[in-house]
Amino acid sequence: MTNSTSDSMDGADAGAEADGGAPRETPLRAEHEALGAAFTDFGGWWMPVRYTSDRAEHTAVREAAGLFDISHMGEIFVRGPQAGEYLDFALAGRLSAVKVGRAKYTMLLAPDGGILDDLVVYRLGEREFLVIANAANRETVATELTARADGFDVTVTDASDGYALLALQGPRAVTILDEVVADGTISGLGMPLAEVKNYAWTDANFTPGDVVVESRATTDRNLTPGEPGVDNRAKTDHNLTPGDSGVGGGGSAGGDAPAGSGSGTTPLLLARTGYTGEDGFELYVAAEHAPELWRALLAAGESHGLVPAGLAARDTLRLEAGMPLYGHELSRDIVPAQAGLGRIIPADKRGFIGEPALEPRPQAPVLVGLVAEGRRAGRAGYAVHQGDRVVGEITSGALSPTLGHPIALAYVDRAVAEDPDTDLSIDVRGTSIRARLTTPPFYRRTS
Amino acid sequence: MTDHLTSLQYTAQHEWLEITDDIATIGITDYAAEQLGDVVYVDLPDVGSMLTMGEAIGEIESTKSVSDLYAPVAGEVIEVNEEVDANPDLVNSSPFEDGWLIKVRVTDVAAGLLDRDAYLAMTGSGS
Repeated sequence: MTNSTSDSMDGADAGAEADGGAPRETPLRAEHEALGAAFTDFGGWWMPVRYTSDRAEHTAVREAAGLFDISHMGEIFVRGPQAGEYLDFALAGRLSAVKVGRAKYTMLLAPDGGILDDLVVYRLGEREFLVIANAANRETVATELTARADGFDVTVTDASDGYALLALQGPRAVTILDEVVADGTISGLGMPLAEVKNYAWTDANFTPGDVVVESRATTDRNLTPGEPGVDNRAKTDHNLTPGDSGVGGGGSAGGDAPAGSGSGTTPLLLARTGYTGEDGFELYVAAEHAPELWRALLAAGESHGLVPAGLAARDTLRLEAGMPLYGHELSRDIVPAQAGLGRIIPADKRGFIGEPALEPRPQAPVLVGLVAEGRRAGRAGYAVHQGDRVVGEITSGALSPTLGHPIALAYVDRAVAEDPDTDLSIDVRGTSIRARLTTPPFYRRTS
Repeated sequence: MTDHLTSLQYTAQHEWLEITDDIATIGITDYAAEQLGDVVYVDLPDVGSMLTMGEAIGEIESTKSVSDLYAPVAGEVIEVNEEVDANPDLVNSSPFEDGWLIKVRVTDVAAGLLDRDAYLAMTGSGS
């Protein structure tokens, strides 16, 4: 038995294969190993692909909750008086219009409009944004953001090595987080959890429970909101600001790691964002405290059906939700409109890098959803046929664990995409499988 | 179970064979099943088909990958595991027992089959 098609998300490596050497590790590697995870190299990182069963982990996220280590994602801070207008120039969206406390899905475009990465950007303060990049594109994003900052009063800091990122996803995510808030493990929330809107975030503090944490110096830049004596900046801003190098400590190359806001606690950014199509949160924490947070969440969630979930489940979850994956649906050769994401650029926006993305491209293929019957899935790279003619290619495909039938995202000729009755087939390694056009998402949560 | 596994022969392509007289029962190993992840579809040759040694005779699809199954023997397929067609997850849950794939009346067997220890050494699983 030999592997003939491995779909293991390796397309995301298409960006930048980091060092070409051994894959990097997240601060949670030992946790994953203790849980019996199988690993894969994803975007230059050694990541858990599954712990027990892809499908069980997928189902847990749909029905209860799953906990993902996505510390491979890049965290890049943009700060300065011109941060908003700079990001309007450097990125596809209008980030200056995002309110403090909210987040936006956007993209970094090449000068010709091609996609260099898709991003989530959090507005941390009037003058401060946090840009989240895909692992394989982190260097590209940091380099581009730095180059594009020329002439603006901003600083761009790649702080990725100082942070871990955990994603708690699923309908019971709020209930589980409520428990760790109730027992004081997570405290100092800027607002009650239930009031954190989709694509919004709040501050919090995490008190690692089962280890002794070094006492940390409190600086005036790291006050907890609501504490007496905070200045205006701290009232509206987050507390995840960088400390002096040496304070954040722990594995931070740049010294730009989150610092503690008081003895025994460490700041947390709690965002209602995710990549699964379910409700859930993403938790940004200092890399050195990631293992305690991981264990605290797993322990609190156990009775609610929470399981650790790997990248295999993450990939089928995002595919069901119709979300693109860089290296598959998105690439340097695709403009946002082709991927059905033209809305990320305001129609009246001008004077930004990637503006040619706004030009109509009637000849360019467009992204569609395909559904089929049976159990044999079309996968990335498989041809889509209309009769004898090849009219497109699949970029992601799987047997949908939730729906029980094959689903795929594919780029097809525009004329084909615009004819809902068109009769298509997928070439599954020589076998023709009938497929029907659909508009993603394939799955939409009901509550 | 341990004795049973020791009595099997293995290929470098992660198949196992149990050969009794001229009948070979063939499946994939626990190691292969783990590497694949959840098996969702198994494509097997028809009963009566003649296998040529080394040819691709079927496919095993998991959520994340597709793997070819190669014939470690030559001969006629006399039985396929219908249960696996209905419940592909048997390949994960019981790779050496209920998850067997095909039975072949063999005319020839691949050279260089591995015993249990050699197979474990190859996969780095220890013994």
